[in-house]
Amino acid sequence: MADGPLRSNLQPLALHVPEPRSRPGDPVDFSDVIVPAADSMARPDEAVSPHDMRDLSFGLVRVLDDEHRAVGAWDPRLPHETLLKMLRTMALTRAFDERLYRAQRQGKTSFYMKCTGEEATSVAAAAAMQGDDMVFPSYRQQGILMWRGYALTEMINQIYSNRGDKLKGRQLPIMYSVPELSFFTISGNLATQYPQAVGWAMASAIKGDTRIASCWCGEGSTAEGDFHSAMTFASVYNAPTILNVVNNQWAISSFSGFAGAERTTFAARAIGYGIAGLRVDGNDALAVYAATQWAAERARSNKGPTLIEHFTYRAEGHSTSDDPSAYRSAQESAEWPLGDPIHRLKQHCIALGIWDDERHAAMDLELAEMVKAATKEAEKNGVLGHGMHQPFETMFEDVFEELPWHLQEQMAQALEERAAKWPK
Amino acid sequence: MAEVMQDYATSEATNEGAADQTATKTMNMIEAINSAMDVMMDRDPDVVIMGEDVGYFGGVFRCTAGLQAKHGKTRVFDTPISECGIVGVAVGMGAYGLRPVPEIQFADYIYPGIDQLISEAARLRYRSAGEFIAPITVRSPFGGGIFGGQTHSQSPESLFTHVSGLKTVIPSTPYDAKGLLISAIEDNDPVIFFEPKRIYNGPFTGYYDRPVEPWSKHAASKVPTGHYRIPLGKANIVRAGEALTILAYGTMVHVAQAVVEANGVDAEVIDLRTLLPLDIETIEASVKKTGRCLIVHEATRTSGFGAELSALVQERCFYHLEAPVERVTGFDTPYPHSLEWAYFPGPIRIGRAIAKIMKD
Repeated sequence: MADGPLRSNLQPLALHVPEPRSRPGDPVDFSDVIVPAADSMARPDEAVSPHDMRDLSFGLVRVLDDEHRAVGAWDPRLPHETLLKMLRTMALTRAFDERLYRAQRQGKTSFYMKCTGEEATSVAAAAAMQGDDMVFPSYRQQGILMWRGYALTEMINQIYSNRGDKLKGRQLPIMYSVPELSFFTISGNLATQYPQAVGWAMASAIKGDTRIASCWCGEGSTAEGDFHSAMTFASVYNAPTILNVVNNQWAISSFSGFAGAERTTFAARAIGYGIAGLRVDGNDALAVYAATQWAAERARSNKGPTLIEHFTYRAEGHSTSDDPSAYRSAQESAEWPLGDPIHRLKQHCIALGIWDDERHAAMDLELAEMVKAATKEAEKNGVLGHGMHQPFETMFEDVFEELPWHLQEQMAQALEERAAKWPK
Repeated sequence: MAEVMQDYATSEATNEGAADQTATKTMNMIEAINSAMDVMMDRDPDVVIMGEDVGYFGGVFRCTAGLQAKHGKTRVFDTPISECGIVGVAVGMGAYGLRPVPEIQFADYIYPGIDQLISEAARLRYRSAGEFIAPITVRSPFGGGIFGGQTHSQSPESLFTHVSGLKTVIPSTPYDAKGLLISAIEDNDPVIFFEPKRIYNGPFTGYYDRPVEPWSKHAASKVPTGHYRIPLGKANIVRAGEALTILAYGTMVHVAQAVVEANGVDAEVIDLRTLLPLDIETIEASVKKTGRCLIVHEATRTSGFGAELSALVQERCFYHLEAPVERVTGFDTPYPHSLEWAYFPGPIRIGRAIAKIMKD
């Protein structure tokens, strides 16, 4: 119903609105997902010009083949202990997610976010970086903290916003901050960490440091302006940064088509900025490791930033506030053509003869017990909403370095209100 | 309640589509907001709705549920996660002649869109001397009380009332939400429509340890199914009184009313409904009558909308005031997670302010 003149000899314009592959009740069809052979991508030298590696933005770096062997030029040839440590860390991440998800359902906290199916994109990436390389995560990279050995009770204290939470109960659950593990404070806003990572990397370069920075966002968040600002700055200053896009196909209810996936890959965003781009099988821990290792080496040798698209699948809801059965087919997760990252790494270790089903089952039990014990320990500091919170006055701390007069007055007011409500 | 019903009568008197009004339905605030958009999409083919998750899914708070199925996906559609883009394309659609109703999923996420709102939407009419306008209504849930932490709880309304060229509307009941949203959509200027998410499902009174009544038990849940307007710029006296004027909006209207009922003070409670343009006549008449004024909002105190209200009351009612104007607000900190109820300007903070103001 155009207001302007309609010219009858011209075709009327039509708005395209993307549609996902399937909605609830529909059969799942992933036939459009092209899964190339594990050894199909060449591995260029880390110093390659972005213009000479464009195919890596459209292909898919994979290392594990259908027989669970590590093959091709991207095989990182990892020692067995590294493989087993990655496997264990990914399994720990999943065990932790399972238990804390249940804790939210039991009313012990307000909110939780799992990373089920995406464990490799944080664990294997962290494994391929130095422990003091700075990371600017989004809200689904708990695997980095697991790899770097953060105490589970500290994580759970934060999730419960309890008396033991070193962030003083201020942040939504899972919005960790761990500077001692070079882990930046997580924001609830999207992609804001992207330019910050570039800035940290620029600072590292200004100071002649050797540490690089890495950041993560979802494919949905690449639509935010912050993502594009970060890409521009990273390109202009050749900032030593690894920019990770975890393409898990879904941003709450919006499939990746609403971030541009119908037109090109997310790795290909790099091409327009003149940045190296890699598209990686995000459910293949060895491929994630190899790509991150490549990008880290490139950044560390002043050859510039790399954008890595981790092609994966969000196997569960966006968060405990989400019900994915309302907008996508329930079978999608099971039929995802790239499988499950823990299962694939497990099968690889079994194929190498360094692991078996019995040991894996025993490890899962052990990890579940470990998480349970940490949960019990954290619960001694309280759970959300049962009085075991931080003292009222902490609410006014850290707004500024020093407390201005108006916050001093408001703090006194809050304490008077507490005395009025609970006269003791 | 009688006062609320009286307001319905007033609204009906100003309503052009009275024939639509015969049928009513019990609605919560989400359903009323949904109904407003549905009615406007039926009446005006230029109304389009867009935002993150608003299409097939119907919005994370369900405000647009069913609208895509009914009105088609070129009129109700999901968007990329770019608030700058959402507002910017709404401005462009408005320039074509459409009447976009973009949703920003949480008010806390509106900041990337603020350049398009402040520098563009708000000034299009002025800078083009009326040649281009931005007839857009930006809907967004705001406010705390749902353990949303600092990125799902903010009340940023005064950032927008500070901008020349934006209207700011905040409903407090299903009935008002529908009538105000229809007026906002029909308005030819950009409107920020903040929806207090704490009262989407029931009129929360601030007593967080008591169950919240559902809207169905409240008179303002009887919502006409058709078209009606509540004019922008008209406040609503939700409780008449002589001793004290309380100015509030959104969730805080219900909290203030509950406190007034609990402690028996004969307060006049005014629901502003529109912050800009403000119904100064109603405020002025009330304060001149009562001689006392308490302002209640959930947003942070410093440079909050209460500061503007306080200044206006001083300027216009100074010689009628028997006590200093008081403000009850959220504290000047980010919204904390675990200490949410210590932050929230609840019954204790309001009760203490009333006691103070009545003492003089």
